[in-house]
Amino acid sequence: MTAPPSTGPRRATGTPATTVLGAVALLALTGTVALGLALPLTREQRVYSRLIAIHPPVAWTAYLAVAVTAIASALYLWPRTRDRRWDRVAAASAEVGVVFIALMLATGSIWGRPTWGVWWTWDARLTASALMLVLYLGYLAVRRVPADIEVRARRSAVTALLAIVVVPINHMAVEWWRTLHQGRSLAELDPGSNLDGAFIAAMLLGFLAMTLVYAWLVVHRYRVEALEERLAERGLDAAIAERRAEAVMVDQ
Amino acid sequence: MWRDAVLIAGRDLRIEARSRVVVNQVAPFAVLVLVLFAFALDPDRGVLERAAAGLFWVAVLFSALLAVQRSFSLESADGTRDALRLSGLDPAGIFLGKALAVAAQLAALQVLLGAGIVVLYGTDLGRPALLVATAALATAGLAAAGTVYGILAAGLRVRETLLPLLLLPVVAPVLLAATRAWEAGLASVASEGWPWLRVLGVFAVVYTAVGIAAFGSLLEDA
Amino acid sequence: MAVAIRLRSAVALAGRFPVLAGVDLEVGAGEVVLVAGPNGAGKTSLLRLCAGLLPVSQGEAEVLGHDLRSDRRAVRRRLALLGHATGVYDDLTVVEQATFAARAVGQPAARGARALAQVGMDGRLRDVAVARLSAGQRRRLALACLLVRDADLWLLDEPHAGLDAAGRDVLDALVTEQAAAGGTVVIASHEIDRAEPLAGRTLVMAGGRLHDREPVHVA
Repeated sequence: MTAPPSTGPRRATGTPATTVLGAVALLALTGTVALGLALPLTREQRVYSRLIAIHPPVAWTAYLAVAVTAIASALYLWPRTRDRRWDRVAAASAEVGVVFIALMLATGSIWGRPTWGVWWTWDARLTASALMLVLYLGYLAVRRVPADIEVRARRSAVTALLAIVVVPINHMAVEWWRTLHQGRSLAELDPGSNLDGAFIAAMLLGFLAMTLVYAWLVVHRYRVEALEERLAERGLDAAIAERRAEAVMVDQ
Repeated sequence: MWRDAVLIAGRDLRIEARSRVVVNQVAPFAVLVLVLFAFALDPDRGVLERAAAGLFWVAVLFSALLAVQRSFSLESADGTRDALRLSGLDPAGIFLGKALAVAAQLAALQVLLGAGIVVLYGTDLGRPALLVATAALATAGLAAAGTVYGILAAGLRVRETLLPLLLLPVVAPVLLAATRAWEAGLASVASEGWPWLRVLGVFAVVYTAVGIAAFGSLLEDA
Repeated sequence: MAVAIRLRSAVALAGRFPVLAGVDLEVGAGEVVLVAGPNGAGKTSLLRLCAGLLPVSQGEAEVLGHDLRSDRRAVRRRLALLGHATGVYDDLTVVEQATFAARAVGQPAARGARALAQVGMDGRLRDVAVARLSAGQRRRLALACLLVRDADLWLLDEPHAGLDAAGRDVLDALVTEQAAAGGTVVIASHEIDRAEPLAGRTLVMAGGRLHDREPVHVA
């Protein structure tokens, strides 16, 4: 297919809209950190209880990213809504999602340390999430395999859907398994008892902040992807002409 | 679809009967894994007996990887993927056929491994009904998921390293559920084990459905 | 139908490279057409496109009445492709491979045996494993697998390559038979002398397009 008419070279992936988005996200993030640091220390967890402002929000965002990848992949595969844009959304969301999953694991691990003294506890959600991380690393590995854009899009979309299918199965199975063994759970650290308004406020602001950061990252990653594809396609007409020039007709 | 599945399964099993790759290479590998566990876990401390169920299923997983790799290395030689695409066979049938062949090979490997843990780890096969039912459902799930990822990775040069990375995380729930069920079965507390079969059943049904739906498209891109 | 293949300005890509850069082709039913050209010209890609294996990026493509842009898969059952690769399984015997090929297209096993006879592979070679065949014998087996399809359109990619003199005679006879029965044959070959006598028409592939006469190549 021919390259779409370009409106002039883009220097960066920023637009007024994303600048505003980024500013708001940064504001929310700063607010979260501030509120989080202002939280009182609890007896059990000392300074680590402040992670309540970070860990649940990061976890929520990770799952959001994974869900977006799955939905975008499904939309790409469905003939009526097939559009390369969905493939880019899926890819962008997966990359950002992997970062958030890793953050979720890190913050979850840190959160549990003072209480139990170990870096890793086989808590149901953390374990299931660790597996999710590997699943999406696999998705990224599939995307890195060199291929025609449509082929890569189809292949990654199927990979994403295969992955999302196992996520709930795995979470339920692991949850069941760990509760049977009365394992230690991060759920014990959750604000069931800490109905203190300050904690809730910090956490809610954290949810907002992380979601905005996610959105900002995805938009930029999406645009980078779009630019890369445009670059690839722009060469096509030239390549066709070059190919034809391999032969020169001789008039007899 | 079923006619094509039987044709493909028969062909794959005939190739295995002739080439004996699973018999000569994968089976010894599976037993070797059991032996290596003993090296790692010190037979004298009773760990092996307690962990027998888990070790069995880990060995099955690794063997499944090899069986799937073998199933698709057949389709990487000399244009056979093109031939499959051109053949006019129903892709869902090809999926089912290859999955059935892998499942049959896995079943045979499990019998061997079962004998292995009885002999090497001194395990007592408490409740055979539970053990067999678990094995059947787990095998179906492993074969289905393996065949789906097998075709996804089949045409890629990085197939050997990509397939384990893709397949193993996906079959983790199978490992989890099958091990729990077998622990219960081996310890003769079967009532604790049967509920886990639901997880295995859901997994098998889901991945079989996915395979039937997606294999055609994946074959085109392979 | 009167027209077996119709391509208009067809473009096909391998990654980003246009292997076919605007092909125009019209082949009537019952014709035997030779597509000549050097290696790398795109002959194989042309055949694969007609077989529905290579997607069409631009232009029109219609084979045996099927529009390849909307559905590439439907046409495959009606044609047969003899490619560079043979598509046979090493660990099967000759007769098992032929039987599989026959039953894959819904034919009885006996059709496979008959095809083996048509290519001269029956007799002592029947129960030999494919892995132990010579390259020429593998090609003949691939030819047998093509025959069982009873296809309206044959796409042959360098069919004479690897065959001994007897094999080439067998191939020539089969092509002539197919044409006489009303089937269409497209042969891609750089061995013009060998293939041209079979063909009613010769086209030259160069620069990703088809030409009626030999263009001069820029070195």
